[in-house]
Amino acid sequence: MSASTIPLAHRAANEDWVLPYHGTVAMAALIVAESAIFTIFVVAYLYYIGKSVSGPQPRQVLELPIFNTVCLLSSSFTIWIAERALKKGSMGVFSLWWALTVVLGAIFLGGTGLEWNKLIYHDGLTISTNLFGTTFYSLVGLHASHVIVGLVMLSIVLIFSLTGKLRSEHSKQLEVLSLYWHFVDGVWVVVFTVVYIIGR
Amino acid sequence: MADSTLPIGSAIDLTPPSESYGTWLEQVHSWVVTVDHKKIGLMYIGYAVVFLLVGGFEALLLRIQLAVPHNNFLPPEVFNRIFTMHGTTMVFLMGMPLIIGFANYLVPLMVGARDMAFPRMNAFSFWMTALGGLMLYYSFIGGVGLQGAGSAPDVTWWAYAPLTERAFSRGHSTDYWALSLIVSGFGTVGAAVNIIATTICMRCKGMTLFRMPLLVWLYLIVSGMILIVITPLTAAQIMLTIDRYLGGHFFDSQAGGVPVVWAHFFWIFGHPEVYVLVLPAFAIANEVIPVFSRKAIFGYPAMVAASAGIGLISLSVWAHHMFTVGMTSAQNAFFVLSTSLVGVPTGIKIFNWIATMWGGKIRFATAMLFCTAFLIQFLFAGLTGIMLSVAPWDWQLHNSYFVIAHFHYVLVGAIVFCFFGGFYYWFPKMTGKMLDERLGKWHFWLFLIGFHVCFDLMHIPGLLGMPRSIYTYEPGRGWDNWNMIVSIGGMIQGVATLIFAYNMVYSYFKGPDAGPDPWDAWTLEWATSSPPPEYNFASAPVVASRRPLWDLKHPEDPDSRYE
Repeated sequence: MSASTIPLAHRAANEDWVLPYHGTVAMAALIVAESAIFTIFVVAYLYYIGKSVSGPQPRQVLELPIFNTVCLLSSSFTIWIAERALKKGSMGVFSLWWALTVVLGAIFLGGTGLEWNKLIYHDGLTISTNLFGTTFYSLVGLHASHVIVGLVMLSIVLIFSLTGKLRSEHSKQLEVLSLYWHFVDGVWVVVFTVVYIIGR
Repeated sequence: MADSTLPIGSAIDLTPPSESYGTWLEQVHSWVVTVDHKKIGLMYIGYAVVFLLVGGFEALLLRIQLAVPHNNFLPPEVFNRIFTMHGTTMVFLMGMPLIIGFANYLVPLMVGARDMAFPRMNAFSFWMTALGGLMLYYSFIGGVGLQGAGSAPDVTWWAYAPLTERAFSRGHSTDYWALSLIVSGFGTVGAAVNIIATTICMRCKGMTLFRMPLLVWLYLIVSGMILIVITPLTAAQIMLTIDRYLGGHFFDSQAGGVPVVWAHFFWIFGHPEVYVLVLPAFAIANEVIPVFSRKAIFGYPAMVAASAGIGLISLSVWAHHMFTVGMTSAQNAFFVLSTSLVGVPTGIKIFNWIATMWGGKIRFATAMLFCTAFLIQFLFAGLTGIMLSVAPWDWQLHNSYFVIAHFHYVLVGAIVFCFFGGFYYWFPKMTGKMLDERLGKWHFWLFLIGFHVCFDLMHIPGLLGMPRSIYTYEPGRGWDNWNMIVSIGGMIQGVATLIFAYNMVYSYFKGPDAGPDPWDAWTLEWATSSPPPEYNFASAPVVASRRPLWDLKHPEDPDSRYE
């Protein structure tokens, strides 16, 4: 290989050249894109509030999922503690808090399942019943599908951690994952406000 | 121009490429499994060229049908399918892959990187896009739901609800349309994420943001736009699919749904999409015009600011497609003003390009010819755009051939012209062979004449009241001769495009060797051999100005002294 660099080194040569981590940048870009998708569904939900021509209406069937919400939002806190533990290298503490995050996310998902079960079999509200059903299941379902994706990724990390494959040099990658998880939690705040407070 | 004077022999790996390419099957396999940004870029571009020919062929079918009144060349239902497929193909299967293909090939080379930030996601994005195109065209045989008993989608490329609802659009053709756009949308967003990460995180040493070539800047802006404008379409298509498959009511007026909501969601995507397509065309002009005028680009920061301005303003203009749905006067006024405002940053760009050429030593190679024609045509297209942005004028001409002529003036006169220029400029880098200039001149002049015969005159039947999307018309309305001439112009463009396709094949095998830097250019992609090796640069380049190769060729007077 008779190759060499392009000999263009004047001022820049001796300075440090540090660019942002590409995982973080890509996740930030993905979050922007996802936010646009959620925005469209939220706008559709808000626009169609009260436009259903037949029942059931939100006020008759929706209950505030306070416990679910507390679980999901506190998982943002537990994942942060887990990350800090990973940076310090205490793997046991990490696994504990990371597992707690998975459990809290799973509780949220189970809660959503119970809520949907009640809505479908008790109240007779499906996605095709009326406009409320269409917008409700698609917005909450879109969020729930993001929770599922997040839980799958969190569980894979948990398996790596329990089998001893995870070390503190992976904390950069896990930061990207936790960024996604914080986003999912943040979206829930919007969905909760729109569906259960404004829309009820 | 192969006799380059590039004094950078030492920067290039001179090892001859290995002669054995393996068997034919091994060749195919190497393309299928590749994660190399150049091969993926070439696959995107090849895919786009194939669909350019397919979509162009569809356009010619439409023009044959419309050439004379009361024509029976295409039955009405086939006409509807063909113009739906023409629009969808040209925007999603030709335009988007073409801009992403050029980005894939050029951005890593221009920022001095060895590959995109996420090579495997890059391959994934391409194959998703390819799957989208296959699904759309599969509807020709599977659209009704029975094998072999197909029908392509016939809901127009903007697919207004409730026409797309299950009650009015039976069979599966509309589902293929929606699903293929969702799938290729995933590919597009993946590519945009990748371009952003590459631009921000992979720049070579010394390449600060304001030393990036303008092409990279514009692609950064375009990628940011893709994130927020393709996704609303994806969301709307998901809603449509929920309506069609799960019995939802998003756009079902009988259950309280509002079809105009679809129109808003579609044009929130649809209008910025035009800028997503045209900014890469500007990007090509930004590279070609300075090199062939032998001057640095005029007003680099203004160009960046104007591009960002176009990106931002374009997000707030979508309802100018919908003046006739009946909005309040305040809404009308807002969209009139915001649309007119787009003229300001685009005007800045036009002036900067002219100022770049002013006093330069202009070489009219084919690439430069295309970019020069682009300047004039884009100005005309912008002027009819300003006309249509005025709501009362739009009420008069909405859904007429004037609108068709206007947006084809942008899409063909600006975007296709610039990309043809881009082909002539970068084909030597991509293949190592020069495109034939004589055939190139034929291609340019025929295409130019065909374009103006077709699209200049297409404004007139529009002004005379000819509506779009009609499969035929009665004689004696004053449209007959215009339509005939427009169709002839379309045919001339078809011939020119075939010359272009022939030129690429011919030059690939018979063209003269290009050498690393046939145009005496200044950006980093010309600092490596043509075609570049898989690793692009044998060792990472270091730059100190916006024109690293100028610095290299003129050590006595480097740009870095002035920037």
